Amino acid sequence: MMSILFASLIGFLTAAGVFLSLRAQTFPVVLGLTLLSYAVNLFLFGMGRLKTDAAAVLGNSASYTDPLPQALVLTAIVIAFAMTAFVIVLALKTRAELGNDHVDGEDDASANEQGGPSA
Amino acid sequence: MTPNVNLASHSFDQILALLVFLPVLSAIALIALHRAGWRLKRLISAVSVGILLLATIYLIVSGAGNTPQVYPMGDWPAPFGIVWVYDRLSGLMLLLTAILGVVSLTYAIATNEDHRGAHFHALFQAQLFGLNGAFLTGDVFNLFVFFEVLLLASYGLMLHGGGAARSKAGLHYMVINLVGSTLFLFAVGALYGVLGTLNLADLAVRIGQAPSSLYGVIAAASLMLFVVFAIKAAAFPLYLWLPGTYAETSAPVAALFAIMTKVGVYAMLRVHGTLFDADTAPASLVHLIGPWELWLGIVTLIMATLGVLAAMNLRRQIAYLILASVGTLLIALGVNTTESIEAALYYWIHTTLLSAGFFLLADIIRRSRGDDGWRVLPAMPRATLIGGLFLTYAMGMAGLPPLTGFFGKTMILHSVLDSPLMGAIFAVVLITSVMLVIALARSGSTLFYRVDQQEQAIAAEKVTATALTAVFTPLIIAAAMVLFALPLTNWLHGTSSQIKDTSVYIRHALNPAVSRLHTHEPHEPPTKSTRSDH
Repeated sequence: MMSILFASLIGFLTAAGVFLSLRAQTFPVVLGLTLLSYAVNLFLFGMGRLKTDAAAVLGNSASYTDPLPQALVLTAIVIAFAMTAFVIVLALKTRAELGNDHVDGEDDASANEQGGPSA
Repeated sequence: MTPNVNLASHSFDQILALLVFLPVLSAIALIALHRAGWRLKRLISAVSVGILLLATIYLIVSGAGNTPQVYPMGDWPAPFGIVWVYDRLSGLMLLLTAILGVVSLTYAIATNEDHRGAHFHALFQAQLFGLNGAFLTGDVFNLFVFFEVLLLASYGLMLHGGGAARSKAGLHYMVINLVGSTLFLFAVGALYGVLGTLNLADLAVRIGQAPSSLYGVIAAASLMLFVVFAIKAAAFPLYLWLPGTYAETSAPVAALFAIMTKVGVYAMLRVHGTLFDADTAPASLVHLIGPWELWLGIVTLIMATLGVLAAMNLRRQIAYLILASVGTLLIALGVNTTESIEAALYYWIHTTLLSAGFFLLADIIRRSRGDDGWRVLPAMPRATLIGGLFLTYAMGMAGLPPLTGFFGKTMILHSVLDSPLMGAIFAVVLITSVMLVIALARSGSTLFYRVDQQEQAIAAEKVTATALTAVFTPLIIAAAMVLFALPLTNWLHGTSSQIKDTSVYIRHALNPAVSRLHTHEPHEPPTKSTRSDH
């Protein structure tokens, strides 16, 4: 039961993340990237196998969880946090410099005038 | 192994640590000193890059990489700790990085490009740190960490100097690489989940022992890794970020980025080459990646050539030329024989150095002429010298004799003679070469011959002799690569044999005692959290 819940949560987060990161405005894209990083952190955590009532670290107990994925998740969280902070700053900078929050720097009105967004 | 080698490997450890830690220490010092004068910052940066160049040359000349050398971080034995593995391929990549570092830093200083923001030198050193680490690590998760380091530095460098077009291209570059990083973690997680290790050599061993029920997961994870590396290498259809990024950033940064696509190709060669070698991997997985590399290489080469023909300014054209070289490299990697990898390595050195120099030359043209687009403008000063340089670079990049591009492409074509796809590869490589010649001839005649006689020339920015030196250096190295082609190809043949003989790599990486007979005084091992300290 826990595995099914865990797996569908990762799947849902990933789906939402992919959907949002394909949007044309920078804010949903940043949100999408954040959701993707949540999903992958949970995925990494799950790769150490889900266990209940197991010690968190290696010790004398017979049952323990794999500590390595937790170290990996920790690293991944730190990196994702830094990257999210950076991409937010960059999105704000492009918003200020280009005058709108479209990822290609064109608002919809001007894109329509030109017959579609240019690459 | 003789005691002599043990002595050598002791000093070798220190050089290896130097290659990774010198740039990061310089970067930290430069951040701390960001209010200091620009002379001091330039001095720190230049000394660091200079030492890196000398150290990498020493490593290559000493022949230390002839057997893979292993440096276990904090003396944790593989596969529990993280190992750094230095072999000839790593050595070659480190040397290329150091050369590009020297060339582009020289140009940045000569044109005062580093003055346009406080942290150019710190970011530059952080970039070198990430690159050197990625080329040395023998652990897949550590590779991810160093990818992130070099990417984070590259975001900063790419945006250095500012401007709306640069920010827009930077956003695209960053978003696609963040998606790539997420995919990388999914792949690493899946590999760890089924194989229980992240050490590259250990992964290769365990793939050989894995039950066939796991092949599906292993293949899926490895193909995800391939997608990540294809984003970095800018293979079709994941190359759309590259032309904008390379064309919009400043010239010294674009020159340094010439190694960035090669990081992706290197990762394919290193990771997939080691995991799916015919000697260790199960037969059904050996041909997992090769056909993808081959076909994506062919399509990338075609699309890049169309891009070169369609580009509206020289910088964008060079960005597409880099893409064309990635396509050519992927074709040679996909054929995956000792000869084709040897040829790919020769072409690799050529294209990395010449495309970097070409970006710098395009910047000189832009500064002298006012624009590097195809508009008709008044003649530029010193057009003979700059035009001569352009002709040489264009011939080299398009693959005309007598420069390295010709020899590289000839070697690659020679190595695919036995491939079943020989006809397709010959047709694509030769036809695209002709098109590159046509496109570059048109660019050259537009830039240098179609001159507006009526209009007064703009006051061109002065191009210093130092900047021209930076442009000349790659050409001099290319000339040396032609003159000393025999010893170079012999060395590359050894390198390519070493890459193909993964059992040696695996034996050394998993048992550092094989390559390091000297015993350390046992010292307090650091906590296991070194993995997350990066």
